[in-house]
Amino acid sequence: MESTVFLFIITILYLFVIGFLGYLGYRNTRTATDYMVAGRNTHPAVMALSYGASFISTSAIVGFGGAAGMFGMSVLWLTVLNIFVGIFIAFVIIGKRTRAMGHRLNAHTFPELLHKRFSSPFLGLFSTLVIILFMPLYTSVVLMGAAKFIEVRLSINYEAALFFFSAIVALYVIMGGLKGVMYADAAQGGIMLFGMSALLFLTYYKLGGITNAHTQLTELAPKAVELFGAAGHQGWTSMPAFGSRFWWVVISTLVMGVGIGVLAQPQLAVRFMTVKSDTELNRAVLVGGVFILLMTGTAFTIGALSNVYFFNESGQIAFLAANKDIEQIIPEFMKRFMPLWVGDVFFVTLMAAAMSTASGQFHVMGTSAGRDLFATFGKDLSSSASIFATRIGILITLLASVLLAYILPVYFESGIAIVARGTAIFMGLCAATFLPLFVGTLYTKRITRSAAIWGAVAGFIVSLLWILFVHEKESSVLLLCNAVFGRPSFFGDTRTGFILWSEVDALFVGLPVSAVITVALSFVTKSLPAEHLQRCFGVKKEETPVP
Amino acid sequence: MYLGIADVWVFLAYIGCIAAALLCVGYGLINWKQNGTTPTEEDMAWAEESDKLAEKL
Repeated sequence: MESTVFLFIITILYLFVIGFLGYLGYRNTRTATDYMVAGRNTHPAVMALSYGASFISTSAIVGFGGAAGMFGMSVLWLTVLNIFVGIFIAFVIIGKRTRAMGHRLNAHTFPELLHKRFSSPFLGLFSTLVIILFMPLYTSVVLMGAAKFIEVRLSINYEAALFFFSAIVALYVIMGGLKGVMYADAAQGGIMLFGMSALLFLTYYKLGGITNAHTQLTELAPKAVELFGAAGHQGWTSMPAFGSRFWWVVISTLVMGVGIGVLAQPQLAVRFMTVKSDTELNRAVLVGGVFILLMTGTAFTIGALSNVYFFNESGQIAFLAANKDIEQIIPEFMKRFMPLWVGDVFFVTLMAAAMSTASGQFHVMGTSAGRDLFATFGKDLSSSASIFATRIGILITLLASVLLAYILPVYFESGIAIVARGTAIFMGLCAATFLPLFVGTLYTKRITRSAAIWGAVAGFIVSLLWILFVHEKESSVLLLCNAVFGRPSFFGDTRTGFILWSEVDALFVGLPVSAVITVALSFVTKSLPAEHLQRCFGVKKEETPVP
Repeated sequence: MYLGIADVWVFLAYIGCIAAALLCVGYGLINWKQNGTTPTEEDMAWAEESDKLAEKL
């Protein structure tokens, strides 16, 4: 009873704070520019925490933390990439140039930046369509994750939890625009920092300290080998055997697929345009690095260590104790081994993570469906029409995401599995489609309009085909490969040397194809006019590569 | 065994996370005041565009 009261109080308090920040954002909304990119002054802590909160969703903590419970601490390589690529490279190498070029071209969204950089309405439309068509699937992952957690914790049914959560997210995104979202996200980032720090401390403390905890986990290795040795498992503090199925899952899908895929995500790129100067980005790197360490570093460490807790209590490893459902490892661990109040704080932490990620996604989808589509067709929008179009866009994409999270599991046998792959599908597509183009956009005048277009289209098509027919994690649940070829993956268990084709992530194929075509066509097709490039890149002194 | 971790590659990941976070902290501190916070001409033009939009409303 006491726990229910405490949970009720902190949930209400949390919703009140988020509602208030959303209201502040709403009150300060004046223009389309304000609405799009949150005005001109963003505190570095707000910038970094809101970026971090959008970056880390419930699935990063529960889903990937659960994956660490299965595969072990080797998943920590993803944290290395999350920090080094997702924060350091993203802010220093990508962020500074995105901000500068976005401001020079007066671009406010990712498609608008591409459209203006290459004077290509097609590229604007293409990126808009990729966002509108595929991002709802990614967002439905976040909504479903949050709704499932609310369902279990508050003992209400899934549909009610889904609609309740979606309504709250929709309300403050539509009311506040990015300004509301940013401050609310920063507050959510603060809640997440507190929740995860407490969890990390308690997990190690109860196992007698860092080395003791790791040693106990290492001693469980024979259990892992007994159950998953054939797939390459060598223990939770060892890497999977090189070239084994588990090695490919950890390195290809989890570490590289997600770790690199994050660089070209439209909803994260747009945040760089919200800052006033490079100095703010430099400072945000400081906050962001520590934030990600405490988020995914904590989730992956406790996920792996949960095996010790489960084994000491019941003689079972985490995967079996959670009824072979990786997503249930972290919630089960919280329920059985952490004090109730920590569970409640964690619940709010997860709500914060889900809400901040979903709101960022809705904002990007809304602006794409509203402003970018209108802009592509050359409509001269007044500011108020632009805001109205964006709000309608958010509403439509919101409905699409909620319907996906609602309908897929109910009417389609593999619906839940499809939604569970949503993050990987979206990230794989975005990286293959946009990453070479995006780096070229910011760093070279040699990249031509044709190269940008064909590189993006080729990367998109190749990675989509790979997802549909080859990468078994996705192709097996999307069912198309089975319908056409009568098997879950076109290559089955075919190996070429150490390469197990059905486990190779789409990013490994789509990204090189996109990069090669972009570079090759840049040499043989016509450059953009010099005046246009000068407008994009500015005066000479700004062309010096960022250190 | 390194901090109780069996595999040197996993130990490197464990240390690598912390090292990457420290790199971010170091970079942030060293460049805390670099470039100043004065908006450039383009930034100002961008802000003016924003003001124009406000006037329209």
